[in-house]
Amino acid sequence: MPSYEPVIGLEIHVQLATRTKMFCGCELSFGEEPNTRCCPVCLGLPGALPVTNTEAIHYGLMIGMALGSEIAPTSIFHRKQYFYPDSPKAYQISQYDQPLNLGGRLGDVRIHRVHLEEDAAKLIHAGASGRIHGSDASVVDFNRCGTPLVEIVSEPDVRSAEQAREWLQLLRVTLRQLGVSDVNMEEGSLRCDANVSIRPSGATELGTKTELKNMNSFRFIERGINAEIARQTAVVGGGGEVTQETLHFDPRTERITSLRSKEEAHDYRYFPEPDLVPIAITEEMLERARAAMPELPAARAERLEAAGLASDSAQLLAFRQELGDHFEAALAAGEATPASLANWIVNEEAALRVEPAALATVVMMVEAREVSRESGVQVLAKLATDGGDPRAIVESEGLAAMGEGDELAPIVAAALEANPDVAEKLRGGDMKPVGVIVGHVMKETRGRADGKDVTRLVREQLGL
Amino acid sequence: MAAIVDLTAAQAIERVGTDFSAAELFEAYRERAAADDLNAFTWVAEEAPAASDGPLTGVPLGVKDLFCTEGVPSQAGSRILEGYRPPYTATVVEQLAAAGAPLLGKTNQDEFAMGSSNENSAYGPVLNPWDRTRVPGGSSGGSAAAVAAGLVPWALGTDTGGSIRQPAALCGIVGMKPTYGAVSRYGMIAFASSLDQAGPLTRDVTDCALLFRHMTGDDPRDSTSLAFPGEATMPSAERLDGIRLGVPEELTGEGIEAGVLASFNETLKKAEQLGAVIEPCRLPHAPHGLSAYYVIAPAEASANLARFDGVRYGMRKDGAGDLISMYTDTRHDGFGAEVKRRILIGTYALSSGYYDAYYGRAQQVRTKIADDFREAFAKFDFVVTPTSPGVAFALGAKTADPLAMYLNDYCTVPMPLAGIPAISIPSGLSEGLPVGFQLAGPAFSEYRMMDAAYALEQAIAFDGSAVRA
Repeated sequence: MPSYEPVIGLEIHVQLATRTKMFCGCELSFGEEPNTRCCPVCLGLPGALPVTNTEAIHYGLMIGMALGSEIAPTSIFHRKQYFYPDSPKAYQISQYDQPLNLGGRLGDVRIHRVHLEEDAAKLIHAGASGRIHGSDASVVDFNRCGTPLVEIVSEPDVRSAEQAREWLQLLRVTLRQLGVSDVNMEEGSLRCDANVSIRPSGATELGTKTELKNMNSFRFIERGINAEIARQTAVVGGGGEVTQETLHFDPRTERITSLRSKEEAHDYRYFPEPDLVPIAITEEMLERARAAMPELPAARAERLEAAGLASDSAQLLAFRQELGDHFEAALAAGEATPASLANWIVNEEAALRVEPAALATVVMMVEAREVSRESGVQVLAKLATDGGDPRAIVESEGLAAMGEGDELAPIVAAALEANPDVAEKLRGGDMKPVGVIVGHVMKETRGRADGKDVTRLVREQLGL
Repeated sequence: MAAIVDLTAAQAIERVGTDFSAAELFEAYRERAAADDLNAFTWVAEEAPAASDGPLTGVPLGVKDLFCTEGVPSQAGSRILEGYRPPYTATVVEQLAAAGAPLLGKTNQDEFAMGSSNENSAYGPVLNPWDRTRVPGGSSGGSAAAVAAGLVPWALGTDTGGSIRQPAALCGIVGMKPTYGAVSRYGMIAFASSLDQAGPLTRDVTDCALLFRHMTGDDPRDSTSLAFPGEATMPSAERLDGIRLGVPEELTGEGIEAGVLASFNETLKKAEQLGAVIEPCRLPHAPHGLSAYYVIAPAEASANLARFDGVRYGMRKDGAGDLISMYTDTRHDGFGAEVKRRILIGTYALSSGYYDAYYGRAQQVRTKIADDFREAFAKFDFVVTPTSPGVAFALGAKTADPLAMYLNDYCTVPMPLAGIPAISIPSGLSEGLPVGFQLAGPAFSEYRMMDAAYALEQAIAFDGSAVRA
């Protein structure tokens, strides 16, 4: 059987965290009572007219800049017509052939386009399944209706489900850094569809694609795409042909079911929205967006690596903004070296809950060997729960590092005496069980000893 | 009280507070509107509103049904909005109420403004006060008939392809379609969004200017509206010296009734006597206006009307107990034949594979027509035509022939396609029925245009008082 290469393109919907909706003055909803955040405009009442939210355009420009897109000097809205209870006007105001941003790239995936549109209302299906089929009744909550959305469409540059997940995580952290969205998949502020096809390895033509709709976690995306790749591979391997259709992945059963075939695809009857004037991007708007751009994760990772951090630490601090921010604050507040500070933040969960200056002091004390690493961890734990001054804690808890001479030598000697079989092995040149002695000493000293000192004293005392 | 209704709005404003109170003025019209036997009103206020200190001093206003008025029936002449009382009021109605023109009643219209005879109304046809066996024109037929018959001093209409000017012509009053964007569309139940524009229907040009000046403005709720440039002036011209009038051969030849053409030529003579220069001009693409209009307007309407499904407001038929039959039965019973026809045409025109051939092409024609006018206005102040090719026709005469009905808009459709303003004033009678004379000008030329129309109005001295008895 020949091997196949998956070709994947992603379509991401991002709810923008503006104060008000895309085309009216209603505030965005965060779990309020149903149908309390709506007005004639977002309810699509007869006679009501949309007005474009300038803040949404601003966020759209920031996203375009972050993705290196070409920003259209003029873009327009279209009406995308579909009749469904979640769409009170029976059309969605979206962008079609003249979107806000064209092209771009994030990581190793090219961007096709980025456009603005409005979210639909939320349908709630009463009944055991929670889905429309087999429900007793469906009710509509218009609070979400009209929430600003940005749709980001990638080129089909993704080659595996894992790459899709990783790229989406990069996109999410980028959007979070921009501050334009909550990017929460479970709550639906970040939603992903995947276009999946396969082709014989080495082929350049694209195969027939299917569209996997609305997968609402990174895990489901990876599993859904893998399941679809397996399904298509089985179809083609069995001599069949993949048919163009829209699919639903059920994460509970891992089953893929068809939502509609190509023949059943909607004719959206797009036409330019006559109720809205074109979006004309001015130099002022571009300037404002540029000024609002934070440092993006990819750039931050590069900068941190240049500052001496290991590549994976730099990535982690860059992609988890709260870690990165804490790192930079602690670095500025004390004299810890970047690499070891990063090491502490990456490895010690408590570090995040300690004031930056105190954290820097602890790291610096360990670096200066004023306390052992083990004692440093204890100080950190205490600081995380009670706060306070690191030096005072070292003092009051008696955690100051032990001098390697007089104080430590008898304890090491006692440990060797208490473990004669280990001492025997060590004498024989097998250094593996030295950990037992170190552990014994650590227990005796409550962690104040330095493991390296202990090892050195063992060698010394055994004449190795 | 007969004296009160003989006054134009401008004259009434002069006398409120001295000869009679605003409440008496309102009540005089309220009684007449309540006794309306033309079917011009669909709803009449039960009592006078609280006194207003606005410059329009309480002169009551008729408002076409399709303007949303809070708590008051607003169903755009359609069954499908039966019982609907909007939770908000259209911007222009709010503006006029604030200026001192309170709502007297809602006026009848063709369903969703689709029609030229007011026969496509869920409330039934409106009768023409000049001859009750004839139509008042449409779609703002209720507003036109009510103003002509003195049931209200002035009224609001909307014009998409002629819906203010044509009924104004057929009822012997003044009607103006403003520049697209001059008046907010917020709260107007949409027919064709890129063409719809609210405008005044009044007894004379002075009242038209008076009402219009309080209608304009940049509405933050309508992004297609904009601040009216220049000063609002009241019309006062006695002469037309130096005014150049272009007579487009495309809109003044074939298809115009002889009596209408005679009145039109008579008016041109009067204009000449007032000092105007009259010359033929060309609008080569204007004859394609109707074809373009009957693609663009239904296309937009098909999207605007898709929301009416019986679920959230208006009429609902339960159907066979399932969702789909509820939708279909509601629409089957709720929409009239003409509305259904246009939804089908518009849906087809926007369908995948047909868009370029129909909607795209129609937009190209629209651009050409706008270019034609731009060229004409380089040479002329105004383009003049008869408003309607014929006088008011008999009820039922054209209902079986949609194409014959559409031809009523032949002279009025090019202007909204170009987004420019146009006014119709009565120019005389033909076979005892009013004829309209239309002036069209460049965007935002309304006040100059009304000034010229005023001079003509004085020279014509049309007398419509007989139908106000």
